[in-house]
Amino acid sequence: MNILKQLKAQYKKILLDYILNQNESNLYIGQNLIKQLIQKNVTPEDVIGIHKQAIEEIYEDLPESISHAYDFLIELMVHFGLKVKEHQFLLLKQEEMRIEMDIAAKIQNLLLETTIPTPELLDIGMVSIPKRKMNGDYVHFLHDDENYLGVAVTDVVGKGVPAALCMSMVKYGLDTLGYANSNPSYVLEVLNKIIEKSVDDSMFVSLFYGRYNLNNDIFTWASAGHEPALYYRAKENIFYDLESKGLLLGILPEFKYIQHDVKLEKDDFLVLMTDGVTDFRKLEEFDSRGYIKQLAVSYSRLSAQQMCEEIYKDLERLQDFNLDDDFTIVIIKK
Amino acid sequence: MLDETTVQIVTELDIVAARQLGRNEAKAIGFNKVDQARIATAISELAKNIFLYASVGKIIIKRITKNGNSEKGIAIIAIDKGPGIKDVGKVLDYSPAANNGAGLHAVKRLVDLIEIQSEIGMGTIVRIEKWLR
Repeated sequence: MNILKQLKAQYKKILLDYILNQNESNLYIGQNLIKQLIQKNVTPEDVIGIHKQAIEEIYEDLPESISHAYDFLIELMVHFGLKVKEHQFLLLKQEEMRIEMDIAAKIQNLLLETTIPTPELLDIGMVSIPKRKMNGDYVHFLHDDENYLGVAVTDVVGKGVPAALCMSMVKYGLDTLGYANSNPSYVLEVLNKIIEKSVDDSMFVSLFYGRYNLNNDIFTWASAGHEPALYYRAKENIFYDLESKGLLLGILPEFKYIQHDVKLEKDDFLVLMTDGVTDFRKLEEFDSRGYIKQLAVSYSRLSAQQMCEEIYKDLERLQDFNLDDDFTIVIIKK
Repeated sequence: MLDETTVQIVTELDIVAARQLGRNEAKAIGFNKVDQARIATAISELAKNIFLYASVGKIIIKRITKNGNSEKGIAIIAIDKGPGIKDVGKVLDYSPAANNGAGLHAVKRLVDLIEIQSEIGMGTIVRIEKWLR
């Protein structure tokens, strides 16, 4: 209590010095006093109270209206302090959530890490960039012997944490299937049952599954509501859409998925992607698939990985470096 | 003067009435302007909680003493029959893990003591005290 009285007296003296002589050293001394006040847990409204008292003592004939004005400021500062505390509290909470999200995103990245296989006869490239911290797209390769290569490109409808959790399940489903020679229609039917049983009704997964026979270059695919892949036939210089009408995963447990074949020849390539690649919300009328075809042809002399990277850069620039969705593209070149 | 006064909180105007009553009482006890402002603000927050979350309740303002009348203070008791507070401990906790509104723990800073009793579905009683130093 005495210390506080002492500090009040000091405050009054420094204030008086400053009123008489507005120099820098008085301000500096004042700031040092504030540090001491903070150590004594003096709040901003206390400081205004101290200031008001000092002014009233210095100017004995101070008009009452000025005192009322100080009281008004004290009132507002009490409330201001209260609201600042609430605000700080929310910032603290936000920071804690951010840290948790970072950890979760790291774990997800570890769990859903894709290793690109390197079969002798094929060149494979991939780019997958999440819109937020967690990726709602996932690419899974299976390459258990030199005969077959399996590839799944998948997209969970929705973004962020719920999508990421759902994706882990898709990954374990694919891991469990385990054989690169499985039929794409079979793979989709098994995953469809797993997802229908265990995922919330509001969650949908689109998936494109392809199997490449490395002995005869036949690519077999099936799709569950996924963005059609592109097949470029070099001999004709024409793109074909690898379409397949199949329901999204997780809607009808007994749905039958149909698979199709195509035979690749020298310099042919396949472009598998998610709708984040073709969906330009800002450019609605734009023929994005046509544009991607042009890009792919113009970069077709590059390696598959470089093609993916160049297409990504191009589309990113086209949308002012602010893509609307997770972006995933896979290119397989013969 | 009465030792205890009650304000029913039904409309937003009642919040102002409760503040005014608390301030008058605090002034009469001898609190300085800054503490009067703190007491009025604390009452305001409690009354607003009643108005926003419980719709009906009351604020009781009381003079209190201890150590054989040598120390004087003010107590404010807010009673409502609202939805109640699920985890009272967390309401007053400053740690970010606490998942509740910031209102009551900010009030804690303005007064010397805050106690909360609450039962889900039954209502909440908050008691705060501030002592004249």
